[in-house]
Order: sequence, then structure tokens, then C-alpha cells
Amino acid sequence: MDVLWLSRLQFGAATFFHFLFVPLTLGLSILIAIMETIYVRTGDEEYKEMAKFWGKLFLINFAIGVVTGITLEFQFGTNWSRYSRYVGDIFGSLLAIEASVAFFLESTFIAVWAFGWNKLSPKAHAVTIWLVAGASSLSAVWILIANAWMQHPVGYVIRNGRAELTDFVAVVTQSAAGHQIIHTVSGAYILAGFFVMGVSAYHLLRKQNTVFFTKSFRLALAFALIFAIVEVVQGHANGAKVAALQPTKLAAMESLWETKQSAPQYLFAIPDEKNERNLVEFGAIPGALSMLAYHDTQATVKGLKDFPADERPPVTLPFISFRIMVGLGFLFLALTLYGWFKRKDLEGNPGFLKVMLFAIPLPYIANEAGWMLAEVGRQPWVVYGVMKTSTAVSPISVPQVMTSLVAFILVYSLLGAAAFYLMATHARKGPEPYQVATETGGAENA
Amino acid sequence: MLESIWFILWGVLWAVYFMLDGFDLGIGTLMPFLAKTETEKRVMHRAMGPYWDGNEVWLITAGGVTFAAFPTTYAVMFSGLYSALMLILFALILRGVAIDFREKMDHPTWRKVWDICVVVGSFLPALLLGVAFANIFEGIPLDAEGIFQGNLFSLLNPYGLFGGVLFVAMFLLHGCLWLLVKTEGSVKEKAAALVNKLWLALAVIAVGFLIATWYATRLYDNYIQNPLMYVVPIILIPLIVVGALVMVRVYAGKGHWWSAWFASSALIVGVTLFGVAGLYPNLLPSSLNPAFSMTIYNSASSQLTLKIMLGVALTFVPVVIAYQAWVYNFFKDPVTEAEAEEAYY
Ligand code: HDD
Ligand code: HEM
Ligand code: HEM
Repeated sequence: MDVLWLSRLQFGAATFFHFLFVPLTLGLSILIAIMETIYVRTGDEEYKEMAKFWGKLFLINFAIGVVTGITLEFQFGTNWSRYSRYVGDIFGSLLAIEASVAFFLESTFIAVWAFGWNKLSPKAHAVTIWLVAGASSLSAVWILIANAWMQHPVGYVIRNGRAELTDFVAVVTQSAAGHQIIHTVSGAYILAGFFVMGVSAYHLLRKQNTVFFTKSFRLALAFALIFAIVEVVQGHANGAKVAALQPTKLAAMESLWETKQSAPQYLFAIPDEKNERNLVEFGAIPGALSMLAYHDTQATVKGLKDFPADERPPVTLPFISFRIMVGLGFLFLALTLYGWFKRKDLEGNPGFLKVMLFAIPLPYIANEAGWMLAEVGRQPWVVYGVMKTSTAVSPISVPQVMTSLVAFILVYSLLGAAAFYLMATHARKGPEPYQVATETGGAENA
Repeated sequence: MLESIWFILWGVLWAVYFMLDGFDLGIGTLMPFLAKTETEKRVMHRAMGPYWDGNEVWLITAGGVTFAAFPTTYAVMFSGLYSALMLILFALILRGVAIDFREKMDHPTWRKVWDICVVVGSFLPALLLGVAFANIFEGIPLDAEGIFQGNLFSLLNPYGLFGGVLFVAMFLLHGCLWLLVKTEGSVKEKAAALVNKLWLALAVIAVGFLIATWYATRLYDNYIQNPLMYVVPIILIPLIVVGALVMVRVYAGKGHWWSAWFASSALIVGVTLFGVAGLYPNLLPSSLNPAFSMTIYNSASSQLTLKIMLGVALTFVPVVIAYQAWVYNFFKDPVTEAEAEEAYY
């Protein structure tokens, strides 16, 4: 394998790993902030204990999110130095802004929150977790603006042998970024909702701390339901955006080889990339692809064969990823809707609780599948239409990257295992014993 | 003009990073020497607990600003120093996780493993950051394309290692002083017994490093050639570096720990700026041919980007300093042993 391939593997693995932890940070911080706000408003101690219990899981998750992020920030220089030179004028600034406006806020106030339980008034303490939650979302906004620029570069000219910024406002306000932000952040909120519901379901099935976990479950349910709706509705717009801005990605994610008027969507197909066709096509929905892409069942969609061979992305991976993501998106909507109607009697629905327990990994899969689609579908470009990935790589040697790649895989696997073990242990243990003034809660949790 | 302003900001960001993260990297390295019991370990962890993560963001920002203001330098520096940087990254990764995870499971083996990660993860970055900066001061083998013609071992040359030792010594003293400020009980007593020895070692190393710099680098030539910069050798070196070094000793002798810590901060900032100022207008001098160097002119971003980023920096950096100062002040009381015993979340 050459430096290019090793670097792609390494970058993919490192981002993939980072994004196993980021979505939970994004979503759980908000849920905890809501819990603490309810505590401040109502004085109900149960909500304070909820913030503490979920906060412990949050901190474990947060630690890994932070350390894996640092690697990413530097990998543009270590592994993609030609890329960094070529587009640093724009891309570098977005990363620097992210660090100065979001990371400082987040890492400073998470410490105040963790160490400040006995030092701050409840109100001030709740403010700190809102700051953390806001800063997480803000960091997502800036990194996604940076990524959106790679998907759809705007506001620049090629000058002095590189891309130079001409219009900062255009970079920040472009539509690709807006779509990506809403879509990714909603996906993260769904994940956090399912995480809280899944862990709560575990305890509800065992009839432990039932008041505590019923309240947690309902809060997470409402949260996840809202964003499951947003995701499915907005996901459609995201598809249309891809059609408009990245026609090669659209053709790949649908495995569409020939240009077609009134193109159908297949529920299932087996792409045969070598022979530029699909081996099997199954479950056609007539006109659905034209509809998704252009809001018109009669519209013409360009097939892969009409693009030069060296500008086509891989097909199988985006195609499968897209189907997994969309399928899961509808499943999340169905599950949260069902839960909404059963929310008054969760313990009476052990079957549903069991499903929710086993559903914890699904939003993780959906999120990673979405990125697979977005990033692999962008190939062979690193900056769509401007710079190819093959020209972006650093002038470094194979042994260097091979060593770091192996080290990443080793270290990350161990850390992942340690984090999983810690989270599972603390999640299973449930909240520390505490006193609650309310009649039912007090008896149960004492 | 903008390039020069960014050069100053670039140097200041690195200096602030070393000043802040320096004390917690130092504490991590001191851990096996000062903490024998679990309580002592927890006291030391608590002394840096609320700060180390926020301090580390200065590194991310220093890296980010290098990328934004001088993208070519960022590209050359990070790909050139690939292996050294990867080592620093892995060390910081293990360290960050270790600090967070060690307390979350009450099991001796679990804690022991993470304790080792804290020590190695603190020592290695301190050493390697020093090695990296000393190499930058003396110039690295960049060819005409800006491609690094050395390897990890060529970075470990005598002057480079000297820089590494200097950084370790500065951070150890800095961390030791922080413990004197922020702890009570047996940790504080042990730190007080250590501080003068660390100071002496640092004084010897620092003077030696200044002399080695005369022989190994062009920093002094640069000062002398550049009339405007005469003020730098005359004011910066003796006053800040030597003055700060002396003041650390004076305040430490009187037991004025906060003042000693501030003097130590001034020392770290002074040493960093001394080196960085001597580079101007280079960011990465090439040891093969001065014409191959990365300078603020051939590696800067466009004027528009520099302008926008200056606006961002001048708005947000003061805000960050304000709230971080508030946090330092908020947690300024020394950690008691009783407090360190409780779980903090
Ligand atoms: C819980 C997570 C989740 C769920 C349920 C969905 N998505 Fe998604 N999707 C993501 C999480 C995600 C993501 C991880 O956030 C991505 C990767 C990059 C991005 O912008 O968002 C993404 C990307 C992404 C893209 C590619 C955008 C690009 O390449 O720029 C499209 C076209 C869709 N999504 C469409 C959908 C549709 C039609 C869904 C219908 C149900 C859907 N997604 C559900
Ligand atoms: C966090 C979620 C993300 C995941 C899981 C992810 C995944 C991937 C994967 C799998 C690749 C390899 C694609 C290939 O080579 O075929 C890749 C490439 C890349 N991605 Fe992402 N990515 C994520 C976010 C981002 C973001 C936010 C950025 C920029 C800000 C980014 C920038 C890049 C770059 C520069 C490459 C290397 C060049 C390339 O191979 O295209 N990624 N990513
Ligand atoms: C390749 C692109 C990426 C880079 C360079 C990057 C960089 C970083 C860095 C340096 C940190 C540590 C901050 C700290 O020390 O506090 C971090 C954490 C974080 N990142 Fe990323 N990141 C990337 C992808 C993403 C994506 C795609 C998202 C969200 C959609 C995201 C959201 C976050 C959040 C919320 C945190 C806070 C800490 C945590 O989540 O645990 N990042 N990232």
C-alpha cells in the first residue's frame, strides 16, 4: 500500500473513532442541561440526581471525544500537507475559529461543571452545562462549515497556486453547510436520546429506580422523537442538495449507471462496479429518484457512465451506506412514535423496552453510515471539483504512516474497550443512593 | 505588516501554551516522585483537575493559528516532524484519558496502568516539544520544495536534546511551584523540599542552553544584524529570562508561592519569545540553505484571511483569557486532603 492509501485509512479510522463519541457529547449535554434546568425550576431533587448520573457517563464519553479530536486537528498537516497548503487560506481559518470560539468554552466550563457541584449555586451550575452544550454545538457548526466547503467550495479564487478566500460570508452562509449542520446535529440528538432510553430501559426491565428512569426515558423520548421527525424530513432536502451540488455522489449512492428520465429508486441492488452495471435490481419505486433529486417524477438524472471514469466515486459503499441510514431513519421514527403512545405505561411494555435496549447501537451505525456516504461519495475529490485526494497527500514515507496507522488502531482499540467497559459498568450500576422528598421516589430509591 | 502582527501572535500563543500546560505536564512528570499514597496522588490530580483540559486547548489553538495564518508552514512543520508529532499526540491522548479514567474505577491494576500513562504522557510531550522548538531555532533540513530531509533521529541531535531537557526542567519547576500554591499537607511539604533543587538544576541548564544557542543557532546573529532587534538581546534576555529566574528563587525562598509561580511563568514566556523573536522573519529556517526557509512572507495566508482572523483573534482571545482567569480565580483555594478524597462528579 502507498502513502495515499495508508493516509486515507488512517484519516478514515481516526475520524470514524472521533465520531463514535462526538454525537453523544452533542446530545447528552443538552439533555443534562434540561434536567438541571428542571431541577432549578421545580426543586425536584430527582432531576439533580439524573443530571449527576448521566453526567458521569457524559464525562467518560467526553474524555475520549476530546483526545481523539486533537489528532484530527493535526492530521491535516501531518498526512494532507499538500491539501493544507492548497486550501489552508480558507480551511485553516475555519478550524482556528472553531478552536478559539468553541473548544475553549467547552473545555473550560466542563471543568467548572464537574468540580463545581458544591461551589456554585444550582442556577449558576445549570448555566455552566448550558455553556458546555452550546459550545459543543458551536464546534459542530464550525467543523461542518469546513467540511461543507470541501463538499461544495465557494467564496474563493485560484491565485498564487492555491485557493484564496474572496468572500468569507459566502463560505459561512452557504446552503450545503446549513443542511449538513441541521442533519448532523439532529442525528447526534437522536443518538443521545436512544442512548438514554436504552440505558433507562435496562433498569426499567429490572424494576430498579423506576421513577428515576421513567422520567429519564420520557425526556429522552420527546427529544428523540422531535429530531427523528426533523431528520427524515430534512434528509430528503439533503438528498436534493446532493443532487444539485454533487451529481456524481448522487449517481453513486443510487448506483445509477445510465442517464434516465423519470429515474426509479431501487430498494435493493447489487452494484457491479467492474462492468458498470447492477447485477440485481429489486423493488423499484418508479420515479422516486427523480422525485428525491429534483422534486419532479419526470426529471432526468445523470448516470455514472456520463461522467469521466476518473471522476467517479466508489459505488458500493455509498449505495449501501445510504440505504442503511435511511432505513434506520424511518425505524427511529417508528420506534419513537410507538414509544410516544406508550409513554404513560412503559413498564407495561417490556417488549418495547427490550427493543429499545438493543437499539442503542443503531443510531451509531446510522451516523457513521451517513459519513461514509458523504466522504466516500465525494471521492476522488478531496475538495469537490477542485482538488483530487491523490494530490493532497504529504511527502512522507510508507514506514512512517504504517507505524502511526498501526499505533492508532492499537491505541484506539484499547481506549475504545476501556471506555466501553467503564460506561457499561457505570450505566449498569445506576445512580448512587439518594434521598428524594417525593412520596413514591423516596421509598423506592432509599 | 499583517504578517508581522501574526508572527507576534504566533509566538505569544505558543508561549502561553507552554506557560499554562507546562505546570500540569510538570505535575504529571513529578507524580512518581511526590505521590506515594493514593491520597497524595489524588491531591496532585485535583491540583490540575479543573485546568489541564482548558490549557491543552491553547495547543490546539496554536496549531490552528499556524494553519490559518501560515498554512505552508503548518504543512511543512507537521508533515516534516511527522514521527515526533505522532509521539506527542499519542502521549497526550493516553494522558488525557488516564487523568479522566483513573478515578472512575476503584481497582489497583486499573489505577496503576493509568498512572503510568499519566507520567509517560506528561514527560514525553514536555521533552519532545522542547526538542522540536530547539530544532526550529537551529534550523531543520528543508529542501527547495519544503520537504523535510531528516528523520526522528536527526531531530534528537545534541542541541535538540538540550532543548528538550530545558523544557522538562522548566516544566518540573513550574509544576512544583503550582503544587506549592494549590495543595496542602504532605504533597506540599515534599514539593517545598524539592523546589530549590529543581531551581538549581534549571539555572544550570538554562545558562548552558543560552551558551549552546550561541554556537548552535543563528539566533544571536539575527539579533545583531537587525538594528531594531538590538533591544531584544539587551532587554529581553537579561531582564526577563535571568530576572525571572532570579525572582523565582527569591520568592521561593520567602515562601511567596504565587509570586514565584508568576515569575516562573514569565521565565517560560521569556525563553519562548527569546527563541521565536530570533527567528524573525523566519518561521522554519532551513539548515540546508537559508533561501529554502519558511518565512512569514512565503508561507502566509492571503491578506483577507489574515485580516479576518485578526478580527477573530482580537475578539475571542481576550474573552477566553477573561473567563479562564475567572476559573483560575474561582478554584484558587488549595486542595485539602479531605476534599481530594471525595469523588468530584
Ligand atoms: C442518526 C443519524 C442519521 C439518520 C437517521 C439519517 N442521517 Fe443522513 N447523515 C447523517 C446522519 C443521519 C450524518 C452522519 O450526520 C451525515 C454525514 C454527513 C452529514 O452531513 O450528515 C448524513 C449524510 C446524509 C447525506 C449526504 C450528505 C452529503 O453527502 O453532503 C444524505 C443525502 C442524507 N444524509 C440523507 C438522509 C435521509 C434521506 C435520511 C432519511 C431518513 C437520513 N439521511 C437519515
Ligand atoms: C466525523 C465524521 C467523519 C467521518 C466518519 C469521516 C470519514 C471519512 C472517511 C471514511 C474517509 C476516507 C474516504 C476515502 O478515502 O475513500 C474520509 C476522508 C477525509 N475526510 Fe472525513 N469523515 C468525517 C468528517 C470529516 C470532517 C468534518 C472533515 C473536514 C473538516 C473531513 C475531512 C476529510 C479529509 C481531509 C479526508 C481525506 C481525504 C479523503 O480521503 O477524502 N472529514 N473521511
Ligand atoms: C476532521 C474533522 C474534525 C476535527 C479536526 C476535529 C477536531 C476536534 C478537536 C481538536 C477536539 C478536542 C477539543 C477539546 O480539546 O476540547 C474535538 C472535540 C469535539 N469535536 Fe471534533 N473534530 C472533527 C470532526 C468533528 C465533527 C464532524 C463534529 C460534529 C459534528 C465534531 C464535534 C466535536 C465536539 C462536539 C467535540 C467536543 C468534545 C467531544 O465531543 O468529546 N468534530 N474535535
